[in-house]
Amino acid sequence: MSAEPASARVRPRITGFFTDSTLCIGCKACEVACKEWNEIPSDGFVWSGLSYDNTVSLGHSTWRHVKFVERLPVHGAGGFSSPDVSWEFSSDVCKHCEVAGCLEACPTGSIVRTEFGGVYIQPDVCNGCGYCVVSCPFGVVDRRPHDRAFKCTFCYDRQKAGMVPACAKACPTESIRFGELEVLRREAAARLVELRAGGVEDAVVYDPRDTSVGGIHAFFLVRGDPKMYNLPERPEVPTVRLRPAWRSAGAAAAAILTAAIGAFLFADGK
Amino acid sequence: MTRERIPDDASEQALDELRREAGARGAVPRDGIRPAGAPFPMPSPSAETGYYGLPVLKEPTWTWEVPIYFFVGGAAGACAALSAAARWTGADAALVRKARWIAAAGAALSPPLLISDLGRPERFLNMLRVAKIRSPMSVGAWTLVAFSTSASAAAFADLVDRRLGGSVPVRVLADAAGALSAVTGLGMATYTGVLLGATAIPAWYENAAVLPAHFAASALGSAVGLIELSGRSDRALNALGLAAAAAEIVVGASLETRRGRSLEPLKTGRAGALIRAGGVLSGPLAFGLRLFGGRSITMRRAAGLAALAGSLCTRIGWVAAGHVSARDPIPVLNAGEDRDVEGGND
Repeated sequence: MSAEPASARVRPRITGFFTDSTLCIGCKACEVACKEWNEIPSDGFVWSGLSYDNTVSLGHSTWRHVKFVERLPVHGAGGFSSPDVSWEFSSDVCKHCEVAGCLEACPTGSIVRTEFGGVYIQPDVCNGCGYCVVSCPFGVVDRRPHDRAFKCTFCYDRQKAGMVPACAKACPTESIRFGELEVLRREAAARLVELRAGGVEDAVVYDPRDTSVGGIHAFFLVRGDPKMYNLPERPEVPTVRLRPAWRSAGAAAAAILTAAIGAFLFADGK
Repeated sequence: MTRERIPDDASEQALDELRREAGARGAVPRDGIRPAGAPFPMPSPSAETGYYGLPVLKEPTWTWEVPIYFFVGGAAGACAALSAAARWTGADAALVRKARWIAAAGAALSPPLLISDLGRPERFLNMLRVAKIRSPMSVGAWTLVAFSTSASAAAFADLVDRRLGGSVPVRVLADAAGALSAVTGLGMATYTGVLLGATAIPAWYENAAVLPAHFAASALGSAVGLIELSGRSDRALNALGLAAAAAEIVVGASLETRRGRSLEPLKTGRAGALIRAGGVLSGPLAFGLRLFGGRSITMRRAAGLAALAGSLCTRIGWVAAGHVSARDPIPVLNAGEDRDVEGGND
């Protein structure tokens, strides 16, 4: 793939990942490509016993994670169902939320929105306070012990050079598609129609645009309930709880002050 | 093969039976036989259990310093508010001074606790690189800076004032710093509740409106306890101790009466035991000791001690409950399902 001409880089596009799980073959090339390009340390080897998934979850040293959804056959599901087992693969990644909990929570301004619309942790700014870890509704961001927070960079360095992210480039079936977000969203809608027409009636696009997250830049097409892939039904950005929380704080502060002044005025003396 | 066998009716019937059983049940379990293929995962992924029951969220990465900081910072903040209220109402100057010094001690202890929790402590100053009103951690960092500066300034100015024998500018400085430490101290006593409430962790965010008031009551109870243990026995302090304990009783009762899977970590296991112990110590126990202790200083100090121990248990328990809550995928996956009834799409 050749790099785009310089003129195409003047006005950056909002980019996205469309991960089409119906095309995924579970090869984990994305995991390897991500580790190799980003020079992420190994996270050891442990047999999980959960299908072919020995990666288990995204983390500070795992920014792509192929899930293996292995369950009893779904009769009449059509498509690619085998008679022995229903086996779906889906490559998980940071969702790069439209309204990102981690970015809102970051007290150092380390987490920023890039010109490509991705959510990026500036490595030299993050001090590892860990607040993004508990503010991500998808459990993506992770703090490396005695270090800062890490997650998918959306290959910000490669994108700046006009290149495709490493995982998308390595994907042999174009299950991971990279491109302009709105174009990808249209392609996903068309793919859904195509799959359903072909009898794959349990295919759905996971892109929670009707919640406070406001949609995700890395969205998925999966078969079956997205919850089987640990994708929450209604993810919310934690800042929606700020109003009730600060109201409670304000009321409590006012109550303490009033009570203290009242107590010293009316109950004084030993 | 150990020996050659000659097929007969019995052997063929046994094989036919196996075939029938396999066709009917999908598997033929026998001792020493594992099901075909990989060991079938239990539970297999489903809409009810999620992805093999694995957690959706990450557990907090905070170390032990964080709940201790919640406790110390909260108590010190409430102390500063009490010292200012005492100063404004013309209460005993010795009480004002004592409260100021306790606040200053907590203000000195808080930053090291918070900094040592960081993954990269040498970058702690990056906290002051930006001010983000929508990030409780940023609001908290700035509040802590303003609080520790003003609380230590108030105590130091108080000391200088006494040594110099009453200098007006110094006293004005002490009062201004005291007022600032009161306002920021109230922030210290409450913001940590917002910090936990505005996260993605169900046991915490389900209590976003409860936690700040809960932590504030807990902070007030421990501030009163600290001042009393330092040798004061003012009636005003006892009244405030009663108020804090009463608030803790209300919070505890509301937590115990609410139900739901996302609240289970608050009631079960180690975290639940800590939260309940904290609630009893700083609620009913402290209240009872104050109410029935009459004018006994020993009883008031026991109540103060109970409130302090309760506050510490409360903070450690709530952080521990966040860990348990983050491990349970079910409330995370199903959150907001009831709201989705009318406006649902694919």
